[in-house]
Amino acid sequence: MEIGLTHYLIISAILFSLGMFGIVARKHAIMVLMGLELVLNAANINFIAFARFGGMNIEGHVAAIFVIILAAAEAAVALAIVLNIYQNFRHVNVDEVDQMRD
Amino acid sequence: MMDLNYITEDLIKSVGQFLPETALIITFLVAMMADILFKRSKHLTGYIAMAGLVIAGFLLYHQTGVNFKGFANMLVIDAFGQFMKYIVLLSSLIIIIFSFYSDELHAAHSRLGEYYTLIIGMTFGMMLLVGSSNLIMIYLAIETMSISSYILAGYTKEVKRASEASLKYVIFGAVSSGIMVYGISIMFGLTGSLNLFDINQYLASHQVDHLPLLISGLLIVAGFGYKISAVPFHFWTPDVYEGAPITITAYLSVASKAAGFAVMLRFFKTTFFGADQLLDGTWHLLGSINWHYVVAALAILTMTLGNLVALWQSNMKRMLAYSSIAHAGYLLMAVSVMNDGGVSAVLIYFFFYMLMNLGAFFVVQLVSNKLHTEDIEAYSGLGYRSPLIGVALTIFLISLTGLPPTAGFIGKLYVFTSVIDAGYYWLAVVGVLNSVVSLYYYVKVIRNMYLRDIESKEDKLVFSPSAIVIVFVLAVPTLIFGMYFTPIVEWANFSMNIFIGN
Repeated sequence: MEIGLTHYLIISAILFSLGMFGIVARKHAIMVLMGLELVLNAANINFIAFARFGGMNIEGHVAAIFVIILAAAEAAVALAIVLNIYQNFRHVNVDEVDQMRD
Repeated sequence: MMDLNYITEDLIKSVGQFLPETALIITFLVAMMADILFKRSKHLTGYIAMAGLVIAGFLLYHQTGVNFKGFANMLVIDAFGQFMKYIVLLSSLIIIIFSFYSDELHAAHSRLGEYYTLIIGMTFGMMLLVGSSNLIMIYLAIETMSISSYILAGYTKEVKRASEASLKYVIFGAVSSGIMVYGISIMFGLTGSLNLFDINQYLASHQVDHLPLLISGLLIVAGFGYKISAVPFHFWTPDVYEGAPITITAYLSVASKAAGFAVMLRFFKTTFFGADQLLDGTWHLLGSINWHYVVAALAILTMTLGNLVALWQSNMKRMLAYSSIAHAGYLLMAVSVMNDGGVSAVLIYFFFYMLMNLGAFFVVQLVSNKLHTEDIEAYSGLGYRSPLIGVALTIFLISLTGLPPTAGFIGKLYVFTSVIDAGYYWLAVVGVLNSVVSLYYYVKVIRNMYLRDIESKEDKLVFSPSAIVIVFVLAVPTLIFGMYFTPIVEWANFSMNIFIGN
């Protein structure tokens, strides 16, 4: 069987769903951030697959590189914030960081 | 294929139109260096940032009347973008002035160098976002402003609720931009381009599957919706607004919302509407997905939830957070009509919203400096303890409600007019009903200030004269524009054309 565009799209959809599941279900802040990386990489697979199989120009590759760079920058800031949460709360459980309530 | 000469020429021409943003980058670097070199001076970085913003505003003024696509159609410079950039620059300037008066920022840090530098960085991101016409450029600009704002929201990092605010902001922000970039990738697959103009041409000449187009459009709108705190994406708003320093709360509620609305309008207009300009100001929708109803549904959800939940808030910042969600709903109403009248209404409303919302937040900041609380109960008797501040806050709250003779009334009038002109009577009815609901929670504060019997003869609150002057610099225009609003309306009508190429 030939591996085609559809297969890549299915993989990326599965990765996106897994990432969203991780973000919603996990309580540990680091795990939530890992779920986020899955979502971004799902988008990357889409970009590359469309650029490769859709007969499109270089734009898809460039977009994927941009997403990788921004994901790194965002992860750096997010980890710094998680570290700060640990210093204030002595844990990084997202559900228990709830000083403010309605 | 474009040849090298063409690319170089385009680049040189574009750099000439990129001066306001360049000024901000230089300010960013100078402020950072000054912060390292002059460790003694307290506000120096703030003054440098202010000077940079003024210079950027001056350079922006020189772009009046320019319609230009630069950097290989990545950025657009037009009158619409110019209006929104003015709002971004002006509110950044006002926020920096507010920061000089903020006790909570100065309690934690004697010097605020990084703080001002990050504000400039965020301003730069918003300026880019307003002009972006490429999906990856939009994503890049959103991240530029977001990453600065995540840090700013938790800038007082030893305060527990501020660090909680930044955690919630970074998680919700990162997730929604991740969802947006997934939507962008689907849109790229459907149309073969990331450039809004090329996508528009493709949609005009080809038949595209409805379902993937609708899904990718919705995913991209989720990214914008998070920036403007529209309802299914609003969960971060109350917590971040309550936890962040008040100056940053005010900044998020005005400037980043302005950038979000600007990019949303540009995205819809450039992508989904035909490039043919009709003389009566209506836009011609491509394809069969009715984006009017999608945005109208968002608007109804947003204003209804914002207003209803604001009713039982006891913290002033949290109440203003829900009120800002409600205001995003009114603005979305004007976006949903998607014609030139709607764009003009958004611009008019935004200008007035900037004045009254920043003013209200500044009063909250002054009161919190003295009383160390943002509880609405603490405002009882404020009208007698500090008459001038009481009067100013009353003006801002009445204007936020949208009652005459304030600027808020004029803004709402134009929004409702644009909705009725487009024939969406039901939407206007929902909007008016929501305004009535909002009266309750704004007037609750005013009643607290004037009509609550104060048992103890509480002593007067004394504010510095310069702070009171700043409050009235915002309050007096709020009143004046309520009666003499022609210049703003003319300026908005001049700026309502979103440039979509020749």
